[in-house]
Amino acid sequence: MKILKQLIALMVICFVPSIAFSENLKIGIKGEPSSIDPHYHNVGPNNMFGNNIFSHLVGQDENQQAIPDLATSWKPINDTTWEFKLRKDVKWHDGSKFTADDVIFTASRALNVPKSPASFGIYLKGKTFVKIDDYTVHVKTEKPYPLMPNDLGVVKIVSKKYGTNATTEDYNSGKATIGTGPYKFKEYIKGDKIVLLKNSDYFGKKPEFDVVEFKPIKSGPARVAALLSGDVDLIDSVPPVDVAKLKKNKKIQLSSGPSNRVIYLHIDQFREDSPYIKAIGGGKIKNPLLNVKVRKAISLAINRDAMVSKVMEGLAIPAGQLLPKGFHGVSSNMKPDPYDIKTAKMLMKEAGYGKGFELTIHGPNDRYINDAKIAEALGQMLSKIGIKCKIEVMPKAVYFKRASAGAPDKTPEFSMMVLGWGAGSGEASSPLKSLLATHDKEKGMGGANRGRHSDLKVDALIDKALATVDSDARGKILAEATELAVGKNYGIIPIHYQVNTWAAKAGYTYLPRTDEYTVVAGLQKK
Amino acid sequence: MTAFILQRSTQSIVVLFVMSLIVFCGVNLIGDPIYMMISPESTQAEIERTIKEFGLDKPVLEQYWYFLKNVLNGDFGLSFVQGIPALSLILERFPATIELALFSLFISLVFALPLGIYAGLKPDRKISKFIMAGSILGFSMPTFWVGIMLIMLFAVHLGWLPSTGRGELGTFLGIESSLFTLDVLSHIFLPALNLALFKLSSVLRLTRAGTREVALQDYIKFARAKGLSESRVVNVHLLKNILIPVVTVIGLEFGSLVAFSTVTETVFAWPGAGKLIIDAVYNLDRPVIVAYLIIIVAFFVFLNLIVDILYSFLDPRVRIKGSD
Repeated sequence: MKILKQLIALMVICFVPSIAFSENLKIGIKGEPSSIDPHYHNVGPNNMFGNNIFSHLVGQDENQQAIPDLATSWKPINDTTWEFKLRKDVKWHDGSKFTADDVIFTASRALNVPKSPASFGIYLKGKTFVKIDDYTVHVKTEKPYPLMPNDLGVVKIVSKKYGTNATTEDYNSGKATIGTGPYKFKEYIKGDKIVLLKNSDYFGKKPEFDVVEFKPIKSGPARVAALLSGDVDLIDSVPPVDVAKLKKNKKIQLSSGPSNRVIYLHIDQFREDSPYIKAIGGGKIKNPLLNVKVRKAISLAINRDAMVSKVMEGLAIPAGQLLPKGFHGVSSNMKPDPYDIKTAKMLMKEAGYGKGFELTIHGPNDRYINDAKIAEALGQMLSKIGIKCKIEVMPKAVYFKRASAGAPDKTPEFSMMVLGWGAGSGEASSPLKSLLATHDKEKGMGGANRGRHSDLKVDALIDKALATVDSDARGKILAEATELAVGKNYGIIPIHYQVNTWAAKAGYTYLPRTDEYTVVAGLQKK
Repeated sequence: MTAFILQRSTQSIVVLFVMSLIVFCGVNLIGDPIYMMISPESTQAEIERTIKEFGLDKPVLEQYWYFLKNVLNGDFGLSFVQGIPALSLILERFPATIELALFSLFISLVFALPLGIYAGLKPDRKISKFIMAGSILGFSMPTFWVGIMLIMLFAVHLGWLPSTGRGELGTFLGIESSLFTLDVLSHIFLPALNLALFKLSSVLRLTRAGTREVALQDYIKFARAKGLSESRVVNVHLLKNILIPVVTVIGLEFGSLVAFSTVTETVFAWPGAGKLIIDAVYNLDRPVIVAYLIIIVAFFVFLNLIVDILYSFLDPRVRIKGSD
């Protein structure tokens, strides 16, 4: 009997809710980093998480504008050399001083991480780092390179002392994880949590929390439940269906802002005989998408407002170009195309496709917010101008291979596909270079140009922009290139910009970021 | 007995080999991990570097040959995504899954056996009918939905139990596990209940069916006629005889609890092997998928062997063949 009583007592204790500590913070994140090593894998979750522990030469604020971080100032001193002046009061987490040696070391380490699935080479190749004195670094390139501050805003600086010969595993275990950021690394249990401690010596804004725990919670409803039950204090990627309900909840503070990610259509513009296009009834037909009038008609047939309000539950912004306003290189002349079935039908007729054609739209179903629903809605919208659509959506694991190189000759397989692009550099050259420049392996251009749009004038403008060091002049050229490639050529058809949402418990607000990152420094107590 | 085990082991090796070939070729047919790993901004040259680095430019059979050679040395390859040996990645996660499976097996047995025997002995009572109706719910409700509902009820509305994670681990005799601290027992309860529900229902129905059959047997009647107490009749004569099918099912179910707790682990963010495999599938992390499946097959083969051996203890009529 006594044992029974003890057992009951034990059970009762188990069920008593755990006590929360005020200065501790728990964050439920959707994407778990694949490693703590900041140079192992150049993908979103890793680059995001590293921001808490490491710093960059050039920082990015919540709108991805360049701000001083480890470098206090930077400027081109001649056509091919950039000069970075470093902060003198920065200490590593172990107390040692940060100097130019660490920058030089980082530049070589980030290029040579063994078995890296996606290296930082795309930001560092072709750049020579030279130490001038302890607090001055020169970066040399062969040709003028205006995007230097953008590129160096992505590469995290590591300590030479701890990083020399350190493997990726040494960063996961914490042995080499010595940074200059606002939080110090404490512990990483894969799949469960990453624990950080306050770095009181941080050179920037003083961190607010003593202990921060990142918990990867992949499932959307489970993330919301964890916030509602108080198990975590902040979550990212709030599922759109839950937003309306959370808004009414007084214990929760929602915050949202436009993302740098545009959702768009890539359109086959390189095959006379496109595999997923047929005449009505199933006969062969010359690829109608080669005709700019048809592409424009498709854009006019998309009801972007309905897409935003119905499919995206209000969590999107209608898009007319590659990035929302406020970003560098955005054109002030371009508005989202209006919804205009009449003109669209007329254009179809003029192009000789008054009777329409059959088309399969492909899309992922686990990559972007409501991606499968977007594809379905597009199918319905296009049917109004006579394009009979079949929709085929699939997991991203299958989708991206086929979208990039699924055809027998390793060219993109699909005729029209739903995709998204987040401009990591925070300016318009990133989507222009990858999505719209002519696909050219030697030049390293058009890497993700799955419609193979090609216009020499656009290419020339992009090249010119990438060689223009003056920021305002470059912005204008990029805007001009966008007006031509998107506005006139309809090389891609933009649909909407995603909106990122976070939810914190009452008393905190999260400053929304365009890069979708969840960083501790963005959370403020009210 | 020894001959039997030997014969079984040889069979297992063949099974494992065939299985590894099927799995290896299978995962190579689906998608392309390269596009899962690279940064979208990568140039053609960078993509080609990655393909080379991971040996994905080689024919599948050549890749399989390398894989087989390495496996014989105990090396299942590095995870594409994490760059860590796949085997250690999986083994690191297994304790969490096994303890979840054990705990949920415990929950299901504690409820299923008494309830099933009761429903079998008194099939006409209202309570029995209620139990049986409940068991139908137990295995017809989707695990994912039940998990979310459990979280909504116990974590969000009542606030009694945490909704996610594994909690602070305790150490006992050098083993780190959540079964040793109270904080963690509270973390394991909901996911274990979620996982147990299905098994609970099936074991319950099995127990009831067995009880109904055995209760009518002559030896039970004889035991009653002899004047034995009801508890002796049930606990010794009845229980022993219904346990044989139950043990078979439990053995296999334990395997599937370990192998396929993916849904529960995802809902409760339980850092076990199930969550690892589902992430690996999403990211096409081939080495992890292959290593995981091979380990699971080995595990099932082993469990079957244990079940066969247990049989001979439970039921003297079953004689293991192979010694002649």
